[in-house]
Formats: sequence, C-alpha cells, structure tokens
Amino acid sequence: MTTKDWPTLLIVVAIALVPLATSANTVLNFLVFTLIIALAAQGWNILGGYGGQFSFGHAAFFGTGAYVTAILQVRLGVNGWAGFALGIAAGALIGAIIGYLSFRSGLRGSYFALVTLAFAEVLRVVANAAPVTGGAAGLLVRLEPGAANFQFENRAVFVWIALALVAGVLVLTRRMEQSRFGAQLVAVRENEEAARALGVDALATKLKAITLSAAVTAAAGALYVQYFLYVDAGLAFGTWISVEALLAAMAGGKGTVLGPLVGALTLHSLGEVTKAFAGRVPGIDLVIFGLVLVAVVAFAPDGLMGLARRLRGRMRRKAVASEAAA
Amino acid sequence: MSTMLAVEGVTRRFGGLVAVSEASFTVETGSITGLIGPNGAGKTTLFSMISGFQAPSAGRILFRGEDVTGVEAHRLALQGIARTFQIVQPFAGLSVVENIAVGAHLRHAGRAEALAKARAVAHAVGLAHTLDAPAASLTVAGRKRLELARALATEPALLLLDEVLAGLNPSEIRDIVPVLQNIRAGGVTILMIEHVMQAVMSLCEVVHVLASGRIIAGGPPAEVCQDPRVIEAYLGSRAPRAAAVPEGAVP
Repeated sequence: MTTKDWPTLLIVVAIALVPLATSANTVLNFLVFTLIIALAAQGWNILGGYGGQFSFGHAAFFGTGAYVTAILQVRLGVNGWAGFALGIAAGALIGAIIGYLSFRSGLRGSYFALVTLAFAEVLRVVANAAPVTGGAAGLLVRLEPGAANFQFENRAVFVWIALALVAGVLVLTRRMEQSRFGAQLVAVRENEEAARALGVDALATKLKAITLSAAVTAAAGALYVQYFLYVDAGLAFGTWISVEALLAAMAGGKGTVLGPLVGALTLHSLGEVTKAFAGRVPGIDLVIFGLVLVAVVAFAPDGLMGLARRLRGRMRRKAVASEAAA
Repeated sequence: MSTMLAVEGVTRRFGGLVAVSEASFTVETGSITGLIGPNGAGKTTLFSMISGFQAPSAGRILFRGEDVTGVEAHRLALQGIARTFQIVQPFAGLSVVENIAVGAHLRHAGRAEALAKARAVAHAVGLAHTLDAPAASLTVAGRKRLELARALATEPALLLLDEVLAGLNPSEIRDIVPVLQNIRAGGVTILMIEHVMQAVMSLCEVVHVLASGRIIAGGPPAEVCQDPRVIEAYLGSRAPRAAAVPEGAVP
C-alpha cells in the first residue's frame, strides 16, 4: 500500500457507502450492473492491458461463467455458491483452451482478436441451439432468496458482493504488477522476441494471463446470473459484453490497476445521463459508447488514467516553473 | 582452458538459400571471441541458432559440453546464454530500470531483488543516471547499453553481442570498450559480431571469419586480417594481395 493506492481505496469506499445512503432500486441496479461490467473489464485488462493480447471475444468467458453457474443450479440442483465457483473454474478452463489453441499457433494482434471473436460466436450459436442451455428460450434460475443460495432480496448486498470481487481483483492486479509474472507479461506485450531472449517463456506467460483473465471475466458472468437469475445465448455470449469489457478497460486506461473500474463507471454514468436527456431514442447510450471509443483512440490512447497522469505531470511542471520564477 | 561453446557443422537453409553452411568453431571459456564477416555472410543467422531463436537445418551446438541444438531461446537463457539484438529491442513503454529488471527476474523471483540487481547492472554499464527515464527516450548509445544491461542481468555464462558498437561514434566506442572488458573480467565469456575492426583488434583474442555462410578463417585478429582469403572476402579477388583491412574500416 503506497500513496498511489489512495484514490483506489477512496473510490471503493465511496461505492460501498452508496447503498447506505439510498435504497433506490435504480441506483443499486445501476451500481451492480456497472460493477459487473467493471469486473469483466478487469479480466480483459489482465490479458489485453498488461499482456497486449487484444481479445474481442471475452464474451466466451463471461458466457461460460454465466451458463455453467446457471446450468449447474437448474439442471443438477447444485448450490448457488458452488455453481458460482465452478462457473469461474470453467471460464478459466475455456480461457486456457482458447489460449493454448491460438497462442500455440502464434496468433497475435488482429488475428488473435478475430479468433477470440470467432470462439465466442461459436459458443453463442451452440448455446442458442443446445438443449442443456435451454436453447433460444434461455435458462431461468429458480428464485430462492437466502444467503445459502447466493440470492439476496436486498440489492445492497449484491452491490457489496460485486464490489468485494472488484476490489479483490484490484488487489490481485496490483500484486501482479509487482511480481515476476507481471514484469514478464508486460515484457511480452512490449517485445516478445526480446522477452524470450531474456528467458521469458512467452507461451507459458500468455497462457497464464489468459487463464487468469478468463477466470475474472467468468466471475462477472456468474455474478450476472445470480443477480438477474436469467441467462440466454445473446446475453451470455453476445458481442455486447466483449465490447463492454474492452471499452471500459480502454476508456479507463488499459494496463492500469484502476482503469477498468474508472472506465466502467464513467461510461455507464455517461450512458445513464444521455438516456435521461435523450429520453426515448433507443440505443442512444451505444452511440455515446461509440463516440467515446473514437475519442479515446484519437486523443487519449492511455485512457482516463493516462490523461490524469499527463495532467498531473503538466501541473507539477507548472508548479516547478512558477517556483523557479519566484 | 575449457570450451564454452562448440559449433559443429551447423547449416541453415531458407528454402533454396543456404544462409550458413557447415560452420564450425569454438569459443573458449573466459575469452572474448569475435565473429566478423561481410554483410550478408550469415553472422546474425548463426547467432539466432546459437541463442535458440532458429533451429539449425543440420549440425549441432554444444554449450558447456551439452548438446543444446534446437533448445528454445528462453531455456537457453536459463542455462546461461544471453544475446543482444543487432536492431535494439527495448521495451519502449518501460523505464530503463524496469527493462533491466525483466532480465534480472530470470534468476530473482522477488521484485525488490530484481530491481536491486537491475540497478547494480545499470551501474556496471553506465546507465545509472538514467534509471527512471523511459527506455524510448534513450539515445542510440544508451539503447545499446540497455541491450547489454538487460542481457547481463540474466547473469549469463556466455554473452552473445550482435553489433553492440554499430552506430556509435568513436568516442562512444571508446567509452564502451572498457565496459565489455569488465564484463569479461567478471567471468562472462563473450562472443561478439562486430564490424568495427578497431574494437575487434583491441578486444578479441580470437576471431572467426564468416563469408557467404562459411567459416573461412580463424585465429588472433592480427593474423586473420593478413589472411588473403579474408581480404578477398572483404575486398574482392582483385584487391591487392598485400593490403590488410584498414583499421576502423566498416566494410
């Protein structure tokens, strides 16, 4: 814990206090949903931000987490908590498999992005047709409120659970940054050849990253199911979540600890505000997302965190300059 | 003296092109050995094979008596072979010390130890004053030193230097030559590809000459430079037989 971590702590505490201040469903709904997106984006950030492997198909992991959690409960009567844990494990496994297949054959850059997109789409089509997933009708998890079933009538509890998961990943990411694995992952992102020359097993490093990344995003999917108690192929494996995950991470600042959370909060606040103003224009928040993506790519390639860093640097320089003048 | 590295009849074909043809030579433990030759002779290809980035089409490579032919680059690094790249490959988004720490992490799992090791190496190669600067901001000479530092941080037994002096001005070369001598004094064997003859003459005990993929000569640099085959390789068959390669020449 250093001074660098204070803003992170502040944001987490602020979110944790919201349910104490209000019990308005719209606010809590917004928070849970945004935190789920943040969690998915945190997953994306591990592979895309730190590892430089831009996935366009994190829906594959989100959906696996969601479906496995749902299927285990609906079809096999498994406990909600156990389903949640197994959903995460299944997501990690799918991540390792997709990673092995694509990294093994040396796919990088846009090729990797396309392949991940294809995997997610295949899963979506399969989930839409297979009987075990309930096909196009989707799956409804039976409403059985109770802590033992990982269902809560009070939405505030879900806010705290989602926040706890997000905070857990914040800590995890921060620790990763300061570990050998983190350094090697960033080295692979910056220059794979050079990393290999320095003894970094690039394949193993990328596999570890995609597995971890998939597990985190699968947790978001599993949480989604426990909150909404419903899943279908479009929700679980649709491109929307792939885009949400990468957009939040990019807008907030890829390769930073806090980026995905900041990105998700900003984007969704912006979306809500736009919806409030534009009223009934359907999909207006998506238009805003598109504009934000264009703006980020053009003006702030390091996202809001990068922008903040630049502004801080400029202010410090100005302070130094005025001191020198005085 | 024992043999650190033995290259035995190594060949590398790219389709119909034979880049390296049955090259054999040895590098003695504790030496600075040079590998010289005209452009396109196959020096970098040979380096790629020794460092595990490419597998030879034929022949074998022995490192400390052990056959390491076709072993992957990252495993060779762990065994003690480090290389630098002719075209410098910094991790541009990282600071100098973070760059070096990636190398240091090979033998130091903890972040603090790796950073400490990285600082020590930075001192040894003269990068101490730019530790926190972004690698992208370094000059050419600085980047060459960074390549060297990163490789050195892996604590290699054998260091492969691919033209670390190319692109440096004479005073920068003068500065870096003692750094290389210190590295050797620290117990690291060096095999270097170099075009700057002045440095080769002053640093290397032995040089091997590669021309058109074949080793055509080997021995102390002063002798090799007088070898008619070497002169012919550099200057063509019609060059005066008596002419030696001029000092400091970049063929």
